[in-house]
Amino acid sequence: MRITGAKIVVETLIEQGCETVFGFPGGQVIDLFDELYLSRDRIEHILTAHEQGAAHAADGFARATGKVGVCIATSGPGATNLVTGIATAYLDSVPLVAITGNVPCSLIGRDSFQEVDILGVTMPVTKHNFIVKDIRELADTLRSAFKIAKSGRPGPVLVDIPKDVQTAEWDFEPRPDPVRPYPLSFASENKLRRAAELINSAQKPFIYFGGGIISGKASKELLALADKTDAPLGCSLMGLSAVPCDCPRFLGMNGIHGHYASFAAQSEADLVIALGVRFSDRAAFGDGHIPRIIHIDIDNAELDKNVAADLAIEGDIKDALYRLLPIIAERKLPEWSARIEELRAEERRRYDLADRKHGHIGGKLSPHDIIGTVSGIAPEDCIIVTDVGQHQMWTAQMYPLRKPRTFLTSGGLGTMGYGMGAAIGASAATGRRTVLFTGDGSFGMDLNELATAVAQGTPLTVVVFNNGVLGMVRQLQARFYDKHYSATTLGRQTDFVKVAEAFGAGSGRAASADELKKLAEEAFAYDGTFVIDCAVDCDEAVSSPLWNDFD
Amino acid sequence: MDYNQYVIGVIVSNVSGVLSRVSGMFTRRGFNIDCLTVGETESAGFSRITVAFHGDNDIRDKILKQLEKLHDVKEVEVLDPHDTVIRELLLIKIRNSPATRQDIMTAVEIFRSKIVDYSPTALICELTGETSKIDAFIELMKPYGIMEMCRTGIVAIERGDNCLKTMKQL
Repeated sequence: MRITGAKIVVETLIEQGCETVFGFPGGQVIDLFDELYLSRDRIEHILTAHEQGAAHAADGFARATGKVGVCIATSGPGATNLVTGIATAYLDSVPLVAITGNVPCSLIGRDSFQEVDILGVTMPVTKHNFIVKDIRELADTLRSAFKIAKSGRPGPVLVDIPKDVQTAEWDFEPRPDPVRPYPLSFASENKLRRAAELINSAQKPFIYFGGGIISGKASKELLALADKTDAPLGCSLMGLSAVPCDCPRFLGMNGIHGHYASFAAQSEADLVIALGVRFSDRAAFGDGHIPRIIHIDIDNAELDKNVAADLAIEGDIKDALYRLLPIIAERKLPEWSARIEELRAEERRRYDLADRKHGHIGGKLSPHDIIGTVSGIAPEDCIIVTDVGQHQMWTAQMYPLRKPRTFLTSGGLGTMGYGMGAAIGASAATGRRTVLFTGDGSFGMDLNELATAVAQGTPLTVVVFNNGVLGMVRQLQARFYDKHYSATTLGRQTDFVKVAEAFGAGSGRAASADELKKLAEEAFAYDGTFVIDCAVDCDEAVSSPLWNDFD
Repeated sequence: MDYNQYVIGVIVSNVSGVLSRVSGMFTRRGFNIDCLTVGETESAGFSRITVAFHGDNDIRDKILKQLEKLHDVKEVEVLDPHDTVIRELLLIKIRNSPATRQDIMTAVEIFRSKIVDYSPTALICELTGETSKIDAFIELMKPYGIMEMCRTGIVAIERGDNCLKTMKQL
C-alpha cells in the first residue's frame, strides 16, 4: 500500500510492538501527530509538559518493562530538549528510540526556523542516529533503530525525519514480527575454563554485579554462582533490584555511597568477579588493595576500559554464567564467611551510631523514617523511582528492593529532573502505582510533569525529601569546602502541598513518622497522583564507607 | 610504558556523517590522531579510513574496541608496521631562483620527486613515500624557501594476501 511517510512511521511503530509513545507536538511533526490522531485506537500518545519529560518517560517505560521506549519531539528546541533524556538513557544502557521532526530537506543547513543539527548534537550520546532524507528508506531505518536499540548492550537511537519525508508517499508492507536483536556474542570456552580455575582457587571471592544482570535476565544464574562459590554479592547502583535485598549473601550497593560491608568485603577480597558492570568511577576500591579481577560483560569496549582485568570475557552474561556453573567447584569458605559476618556487624554498629547521631535532627523526619514507612506500605513489586541527590542514595541504601526492574534511577548521568518523567513512563507501562522519591532540588526541575501525571490520572506517589538545600553538594561543601554553602541553600518559599493542589494532585505534609504513615496510606489508596512533602533536616548526610562519621 | 605509532585500517559504510562519527570518537574519548585519511574502496558502499596515532598497547586496544562499537564501522585492523606499505603524498611549492635551482633539481632527482609545475619564481614538487622520507625532503627544502605545502597523511595497505575485507559485509 502507498502511504505517507508520517503514516509509515506510525505503522512501523505499531509493527515493532510499540503501544505507547511519549511526546510533544510542533511544526515539523504535525504530520506525524496527525497520523497518531488517526491511529489513536492502536497506539497511545502521552503528552508531556516538556520534551525532556517525554524522553525520561520513554526511559522509565523501557526500564520498567525491558521493551524499547519511544519518544517524539519536533525539530530545534523540541529535539534539543530530548538530549538530557537521551544521554541519561545512553549512560544507563536503556533501549530508546527518539524520533524528531526536522525542517524540509531543502531548508536543512540554512539555519531555518527551529532547525538544529540534532544528528551532530546527539552523536556522542546515542548508540547510533539516522537522518532519513529518502522516504524509500524510512521504514527500514526505523526498524534498524529498534534493532540497534535492543541489541547487545541496549541504548538510545535517534531518527531525524524532515517534514517533506513525512508528507511524501511510498509503498509500505508491514512485517509480521518486530525486528530481532543482532545475535549475542558468547563467552569463549577457554576463557570460561580459566575463569573457573581462578574462582576455584580463590579464598576470598567477591561478586560485583551491575545493571547487565537485569538487562541480561541473569539473576537466577548470579545467585547460583554465589551459592556454589560461597561468595558474598555487592552491586553498582544500576545493579540494585537484580537480587532480593534479603538474600543472605547480598551486602548491598558498593561504591562511594555504598554499604560498608559491601565496600569492605570487596576491598579485602582476593578475587572480584565483575558481572555486567562497567567499573564506573563511583565504584571505589579500598586504598592500595588491588584484587584479581574477572570481568564478564556483553560490551567488549567496557573490558579493560576503567579497570584492567586479569581475565576479561566478552559475552552474554546469562549464557556465560550458565556455562560457568557446571565447571566451578562447590565450595564452603568458612573463614571468609566469618569475616563477612564481622563486616556486617561493623556495618550495623556504624549505622546504629549514625541513627542515634543524625536521626530525627531538629525533630524532623529522618531518611530512615521516610523510606521505612513508605516501604512498609508499598507492595513488594512496587516500582521505585528516584531523582538525583541525597534522597537517591538513601533510597539506594535503604529501600528493600526485591524484584528486577523495580528500581529506576539515573545512575551514570545523575540527571536531576529524571524522576517525574520516568515515574509517569513506568506507571504507563505497568498500569500500577509507582513511587517517586525526590528532593526539593530535583523536584524543582521536573514538577512541571505533575500536569502530565494529573492529566493521565497516573497512579503515582511522590515523596519529597524537603530539606531546603541541595543536600548532596552541601554535604561535600561541609566536608571539603569549609562549609562554604555556595548556592546550595535554596531559601525558597515554595509550598509543595499547594503546588500539587494547583496542578490538581492530592497532597499533604508530614513532619512526623505517624503523619507520614497516615499520608502514605492515603496516597496509596488515592485515585491518581499524590504528593507528600516530608520535612527533613538540612544536616542529614549520606553515609559513605570511605569516611567514618560515626564514631 | 611503550609509546609507539600505530596505523589502523578501518572499513566503514560509505554514508554521510561517518567521518564525524569516527573522528568524534577520538576527540570524545581523548585519543589523539596523528593523521587520518579517507577514500573509496574496491566495493561501492564502503570507504576506507587510515588512522595513525601514538599510544601504548592499552590505548590502541581501547581505540579498536570503541571503533568496533560504531554501527557504521565494519572492520578495524592494526596494520603490521614491518609488513605494510605506507605512503604519503607531498605537494610543496618552493621559491625558484637561478642561484638555487640546480641544488633543488639535484635533491628532486635523488628523492625521486617530480617537478609538476614550473614558473620563473616558483616550482611545485610532488613526492610520495613514507613519512620519514617526506620529512627529510621538507627539511632539505627549507633553506630554499618553502612558499606553501600540503601533505595527505598516510595511506597504508598490508603486504601479501592479508586484506581488510569489504566484500563479506555485502
